[in-house]
Amino acid sequence: MTTLLICLPLAAALIVWVLPMNPVSAGSLALLAALAEVGVWIQLLVRYDFAQGGLQFSDRHTWFSDLNVSYHVGVYGFSVWLVGLTVVVMAATIAYGFWAGRERLRAYMGLMLFLNGAIVGVFVAQDLLLFYAFFEAMLIPLYVLVGVWGGPGRMGATLKFILYTMAGSLLMLASIVVYGLSQHTFDLTQIGESSSQWIFLGFVAAFAIKAPLFPLHGWLPDAYRESSPEVAAVLSGVVSKAAAYGFLRIAVAKFPGPAHDFRAPILALAAVGLIYGSLLAFRAPDLRGVIAYSSLAQMGLITMGVFAVNDLGLDGSVLQMVNHGLVSATLFLLAGMVERRTLTGELGRLGGMARGRPALATVLLTTGVIALAVPLSSAFAGEFLILAGVFQRGWGWAVAGAVAIVLAAMYVLRLVSAVLHRDVGPAVSDSALDLRPAELGVTVPLLACLLALSVWPAAITQHSFRGDHGAADVAAQFK
Amino acid sequence: MIPRPHVDWFALAPVNSLLLAAGVALLSAVLVPRSGRKAVAAAFCALGYAAAFGFAIALYVKSADGHGVVADAFDRDRLTALATMIVAGTGLLVTGLAYGERAREDHAAEYYALLAASGAGMAFFVGANNLMTLFLALEWFSISLYILCAIDRDRLGGLEAALKYLIIGSFGSAVLLFGSALVYGATGKLDFPGIAAAGAQDDALLVLGLAMLIAGLAFKASAAPFHMWTPDVYEGAPTPVTAFMAAATKTAALVVTLRVLVTAFPANAHLWTVAIAAIAVCSLAIGNFAALVQRGVKRMLAYSSISQAGFMLIGVSANSELGGRALLYYLIPYTAMSVGSFAVVAARERELGVPVTFENMAGFGWERPLLGISMWAFLLGFAGFPLTGGFIGKFYVFAAAYEHGWTWLVIVGVLATLVSLYYYLGLVRAMFMRRTEDLQLAPIGGSPPRDALLQTTVFTCLVVTVGSFFAVQPLIDLCKHAVNALPWV
Repeated sequence: MTTLLICLPLAAALIVWVLPMNPVSAGSLALLAALAEVGVWIQLLVRYDFAQGGLQFSDRHTWFSDLNVSYHVGVYGFSVWLVGLTVVVMAATIAYGFWAGRERLRAYMGLMLFLNGAIVGVFVAQDLLLFYAFFEAMLIPLYVLVGVWGGPGRMGATLKFILYTMAGSLLMLASIVVYGLSQHTFDLTQIGESSSQWIFLGFVAAFAIKAPLFPLHGWLPDAYRESSPEVAAVLSGVVSKAAAYGFLRIAVAKFPGPAHDFRAPILALAAVGLIYGSLLAFRAPDLRGVIAYSSLAQMGLITMGVFAVNDLGLDGSVLQMVNHGLVSATLFLLAGMVERRTLTGELGRLGGMARGRPALATVLLTTGVIALAVPLSSAFAGEFLILAGVFQRGWGWAVAGAVAIVLAAMYVLRLVSAVLHRDVGPAVSDSALDLRPAELGVTVPLLACLLALSVWPAAITQHSFRGDHGAADVAAQFK
Repeated sequence: MIPRPHVDWFALAPVNSLLLAAGVALLSAVLVPRSGRKAVAAAFCALGYAAAFGFAIALYVKSADGHGVVADAFDRDRLTALATMIVAGTGLLVTGLAYGERAREDHAAEYYALLAASGAGMAFFVGANNLMTLFLALEWFSISLYILCAIDRDRLGGLEAALKYLIIGSFGSAVLLFGSALVYGATGKLDFPGIAAAGAQDDALLVLGLAMLIAGLAFKASAAPFHMWTPDVYEGAPTPVTAFMAAATKTAALVVTLRVLVTAFPANAHLWTVAIAAIAVCSLAIGNFAALVQRGVKRMLAYSSISQAGFMLIGVSANSELGGRALLYYLIPYTAMSVGSFAVVAARERELGVPVTFENMAGFGWERPLLGISMWAFLLGFAGFPLTGGFIGKFYVFAAAYEHGWTWLVIVGVLATLVSLYYYLGLVRAMFMRRTEDLQLAPIGGSPPRDALLQTTVFTCLVVTVGSFFAVQPLIDLCKHAVNALPWV
């Protein structure tokens, strides 16, 4: 079943690429495959035994035996949710890309499906080398998706993105070689813990760039601004979660000693990123800038939760990963929809779009309200748990987080009012339509997921780790 | 009467089939009318390579216990067989690539004859078991290659390239020959096991000879700092010949380096492991940094091949079975990627009729999707991305360096890979992200040539490049048995 989750989109990608098809049938096939993937995931969710927890649906074949590398995939409770986030967001973005009518749709759809398979692979790989392979494989389609279908500054954006991420990834490769060979296996379920600070830092470098953590976020604004909205949605919504997953599954679980030693600096960087990102989001002149920097801030928060390494922090960060993934994907798609109508993302030239466009106003406001973590929203639950978790590691961290929540309210409300309220901006014409049914069809399901989680956040917090004890699972290294 | 050694014809079958093919192809220059000459010569050349490939497989199967044949001048073992397979496979692909080349027709038969002859020389080279056959085989394939570089006299820079290759290559051969003489002087032995058994490891003559042997072989493998000829020659030679040099010559030289060092100089391992590591680091540094500033695709690929030699030499420097496995495994996707990428360059060259640069690759990926995507895969493979064998190859050489205790070499390799991304991905960017309309190109007219053989070649290379990522276990087993033929201590 896990293998099916990886192979279904990859096979669909091959079919889209190889068979001669017109754009409409290629897009339909891609959408169908993405929806089928969601269906498979729902099967997985239903069949996963949360009471028992641990690694399930695992599949293991030797890849090459002399270095003990294997194809080993399987899901834990919390990876079920991350895979779910991936397949839902990917289905929405593929649908939006199809509807928006990208050029060279066959190539585009194939790459999106390929990306889908690779991201799922990252979340289910239980072998270090396999994990690395998927982690890098994500980059191949992203490079082209940003570089070919991006905006005018796409060349510089892709180059920066690739060089930043590869610098981290290659350090991780060196770490993987050293770690795996010194432990005589690359299997994550068997490999022992290590106390080497260098190996730990190699892994952390890769994840900190990918997330990104302050001050390694240099690639972020360009990549998020220059890519097409649906690719930005995937980047900030899903790909960044691969880094948070790596922190949790590898950095914290396999390196308890170094993770403890480096807790203070990493929490400090995360806190700085949280506040700094929030401030930048408040100052950003355009829609995408606000969402991009808020993404930096939220990744800082999630990292804080992971490195708190206690039940509250871990549960909260998993919940917040899913929340933020859905929120930022929705916001990026909405930004794309607004830009499509006004041809600009500059907040100064927007405004007054609520009048006569009730659907847009409702969807944007609802997403915004969840994003700023009003009580009863799922983001509130996630942030509260993370703050409670880091509070146990020092009250100062929690204060930084609480300040950031206030800042979040500021930047989200600024965004919402700049688009919807105030006077009608120069870029907004009366003929700009409300959200079309297809656009609603893309955003409403994402929003519905968020609302469902708001009603029942325990769906994730109590079904991520064995017996609701994340710290115990981490300490046992997910055995 | 001089006693005649027993000749194991089966062990020499790949060499002989290629020699036979070369002879027949050469005869076709006089016996076949001009119109059919090229087809006949190419067919025999391909046939020779196919036969050599087949014989090499048979030899691999039947040579589980390696031993010397023909008075111990030639090694019949699985290492020879595997290296012959790689060389013969490369030759077959290159023959397919060369067939569509629009060169002067008056030397078509000689072209294929020389191609087969140089392949024969390499097949003999990889099995050489003493310094005499080593030198003989080296000259054998080198001379064929010198002529091949110059055979297309209309080509801009072709003669210059050939002359440069001839002079520097001869210098390299001379160094190797002098080194061999010194080693012989120190030990009184020519055969590799004999040199090892002579026990003269502290002899200054032997050490100097060893250094010169390494230098001579590094010339052929185009490893820095013995690489100066590479960019000019790769650029000036006809593209199929460049592909052959990049893939097959490098394979032969690296395999022989491994064999000579491990078989003949086990007692000096503390010296040559460091020397090879130093050469590897040099190649990585020079190859990568010089490639950054190239605008010509062939020159960029030439520097990239220098840096790839650096990665493979890391495997040799580990002086372990794992290192040997890493080298042999790496060679399989490497040869495919080299031939494939030069084939794509050749395709563009035939379309435009001018040397291929980053600028005039613009839009190529969308115009010719199969070639574009294949080139993308080859470049990603060179850069060590997953889904290509290049990734596993890099992983293996890094693993070998780590097992040897040289974590610093892993770090150097990783940094070199990072630098290399800039130019590999730069070409991908040129192919897919720039628009054709941005350029004021003057195509030489008509629709792009349909070259089925070239496309088959590229597709085969693609299959090997990607397939070697998935089928690691069988390939590694193949390499493992081959490497076991060497006397590891």
